[in-house]
Amino acid sequence: MKEFLSNRVAATGLAMLVIVVAIALLAPWISPQNPYDLAKLDLMDARMEPGGRYLLGTDGQGRDMLSAIFYGLRVSLLVGVVSGVIALTLGGLLGVLAAYVGGRFEALLMRVVDIQLGFPAILVALILIAVLGKGVDKIIIALVCVQWAYYARTARSAALVERSKEYIEAARGLGLGRARIVLRHLLPNALPPLIVVGTVQVAHAIALEATLSFLGLGLPSTEPSLGLLIANGYEYLLSGKYWISLYPGLALLVTILAINLVGDQLRDQFNPRLARA
Amino acid sequence: MLEVRDLVTEFATGAGAVRAVDEVSFELKPKEILGIVGESGSGKSVLGYSILGLVDSPGRIISGSVRFAGQELVGMPDAAMRRLRGKRIAMIFQDPMMTLNPVLSVETQMVETVLAHDDVSRKIAVERSVESLNLVGIASPASRLEQYPHEFSGGMRQRVAIAIALLHRPDLIVADEPTTALDVTVQGQILYEMQRLVRETGAALIWITHDLSVVAGLADRVAVMYAGRIVEEGSADEVLYAPRHPYTRGLLDSVPANNEGRARLRQIPGMTPSLAHLPVGCSFRERCSRADAECLLAPDFKNRTRCHHPLC
Amino acid sequence: MLELINVSKRFGKRLDAVERVARALGVKIAEPIVHAVDGVSFKVGRGEVVGLVGESGCGKSTLGRIACGLVVPSSGSVLYQGKPPAAMPRPQMIFQDPFASLNPRMRVEEIVGEAPLVHGLVSKMEIRNYVDEMLRQVGLDPSYRKRYPHQFSGGQRARIGIARALAVKPEFLVCDEAVAALDVSIQAQVLNLFLDLRERLGLTYLFISHDLGVVRHLAQRVVVMYLGRVVEIATTADLYAAPNHPYTQALLAGVPRLDRQRRTYAPIKGEIPSPLAPPSGCHFHPRCPRAMERCKREVPALREIAPGRLSACHLNDG
Repeated sequence: MKEFLSNRVAATGLAMLVIVVAIALLAPWISPQNPYDLAKLDLMDARMEPGGRYLLGTDGQGRDMLSAIFYGLRVSLLVGVVSGVIALTLGGLLGVLAAYVGGRFEALLMRVVDIQLGFPAILVALILIAVLGKGVDKIIIALVCVQWAYYARTARSAALVERSKEYIEAARGLGLGRARIVLRHLLPNALPPLIVVGTVQVAHAIALEATLSFLGLGLPSTEPSLGLLIANGYEYLLSGKYWISLYPGLALLVTILAINLVGDQLRDQFNPRLARA
Repeated sequence: MLEVRDLVTEFATGAGAVRAVDEVSFELKPKEILGIVGESGSGKSVLGYSILGLVDSPGRIISGSVRFAGQELVGMPDAAMRRLRGKRIAMIFQDPMMTLNPVLSVETQMVETVLAHDDVSRKIAVERSVESLNLVGIASPASRLEQYPHEFSGGMRQRVAIAIALLHRPDLIVADEPTTALDVTVQGQILYEMQRLVRETGAALIWITHDLSVVAGLADRVAVMYAGRIVEEGSADEVLYAPRHPYTRGLLDSVPANNEGRARLRQIPGMTPSLAHLPVGCSFRERCSRADAECLLAPDFKNRTRCHHPLC
Repeated sequence: MLELINVSKRFGKRLDAVERVARALGVKIAEPIVHAVDGVSFKVGRGEVVGLVGESGCGKSTLGRIACGLVVPSSGSVLYQGKPPAAMPRPQMIFQDPFASLNPRMRVEEIVGEAPLVHGLVSKMEIRNYVDEMLRQVGLDPSYRKRYPHQFSGGQRARIGIARALAVKPEFLVCDEAVAALDVSIQAQVLNLFLDLRERLGLTYLFISHDLGVVRHLAQRVVVMYLGRVVEIATTADLYAAPNHPYTQALLAGVPRLDRQRRTYAPIKGEIPSPLAPPSGCHFHPRCPRAMERCKREVPALREIAPGRLSACHLNDG
């Protein structure tokens, strides 16, 4: 942790991330308005400029942009983190198991991973959404399907390195069962690189979700994420009402940047080659 | 030829400066072989690097002097030091791949080494490379020149590294555990070659190792390091057969060959102290059976050893 | 106690699809096979300490793993107390690398206590005391129980590895270069620990090492291997006094020793050939100073040359 904070860029990233997460968690209490409560919206206030009564202006339905961004952040982060955690667990377990078991299971799994990673993520996600339909749960399923392969591949290579170490041999020599060796010995030691991939992947997931929402294939408009907010503002962009798209865009940028900065530093720290002696 | 005086090398760490080499002094005459023996963390490798001016940040030579053929090496500009290194002083590492570049042929590497310091034709450079490989006992050197490091076995790679070190007929060779990673029979070969080479080329050799038995067959003089200091130094006969410092005695006693078979080995109690938390006074005090109140003061180096209560 | 009967282990790399197609098209590609262990037989009696000596690539580590049931031999059989060493209790291994052989994410108490709990040797109630007892047995302070491996020195880690093995109450330990990575003074301490434990617990050891000095000190009998095959088996006293096989002789002559002040070495020629392409006949013949025509063609059998003493060399045929 000390080492982490000694890097100023990473420390800034972490501070940004803490603020973003705090805003997302506290959105219902710190937002000036509940943007989902249609009764609170006043169409007369639509498309008001930033400053004045609404700090960041309002959108086409008279919704306070600041509140919408706070709530949108909440949705974006939720989708990103939940899909990341599920994909990490699933991909991580499969990858570690593949490394330990080897043979046909490994070959089959890794071919599936190769095929999956051969297609652009956005394409796979688009097809899945088209089949599954809209909704927070659906988009999480789509994101998990897109991401698990990255985790599986990382987990396998990390576990392959660990598996060849003597402590795994020792565990086998002590007569411990396969499940125990995989879960108690292999998995915890393969975890650091997974967490690094995880941070980067969460940022990807958020961006992907924003893209899907922007294309109108993501979340329902009753629960706008940052991507949907940007999309909503898009039609007004040319008429000079820039703020409706710009501010959610900035929020998205800051979020992804913060996660990536933290992820970069984590990667450097977990990499023994780069670790300072 | 080489004279090291009160050399101190420190490493800056988060918890303050750590002295890896502490007031080390010794001399080396031409054609002499000095064995520097120590366990891990004794500072023996850092001493080697300090002599060659290869200590990198956060390490730094704090004080003392290293005089080589009348020149002061401490504080010498990098460019001048680089000219000296490789030409008049050479280094051999434990891992020959520290010297060898895996993507260049041995010929390229050797020829470039020659041309780096001498203004000769390429043909002469190749001839000298062949000669050098011949010297270290590599068969059919001309054809092996064209090969790449990965085509050589571990022992052969080390020989090539030694051949590169010998290209300029250096006056001083510093070898840091060059045979530790090798098999017993191959180690025997390299030790044999090194002895012969020193005799033939007239270079002085500093052989850094953890293995007392290796120095026994090789060195004229032996220095024993403990916790950054030389605790004993003398002729190989003196140090190995009539040690004065209790640590040297303990090390010799720990070697199985010096013990009754299948009986308990005489062992030094405790473990090597971390350089960051050395005991006050004599750093061997806490493991020493002869220690008393006097040992709370650091002993001076006199009469071969740095001990208040020497043996013999 | 442990019996190896004509044990062999081949490591092969199966050809991948491209290579198989190439072979089907007539390209000559053989599956690379390494005979890591080639027809090895010997016994270790109860309470005995047998040293297994050889240089890199001689198969000693593979053989140690076969003895512990970690590697299944390609042919031949291993009998530990009359049965294959698959089920517990089986021989336990002490590893070389005191860093890699301990799980870095487990506390000492878990490292030592995990296996006895899993095997029901000790109940959850008693495990704490049991771990303390194991740590004390190897000379570690039980108050270190909660620490992680990286908080220990190399010598202490080696002791943790020994405590972990002892916790499953083995009768047989295979020590694979168990002190090679340790400093001389620490090495002496750990060797003494092995001697103490043997006396206290009546253990049997297979002590694998490249260090002839260490083996001489510990072992009663020595097995010498070269490129997968046993070349000589003798009692320690006989072997060091009068090595029979030229390889053993070369090995002993090549070892630097304290009592040989400035003796000029007369090393044997060449290096160990690749185990992928071992020489024909006697594997040692290209380096052997006394090789004959026959040595190139014929593999010498391991024969008894004196009671309890075996050697695989044609020179013994007179």
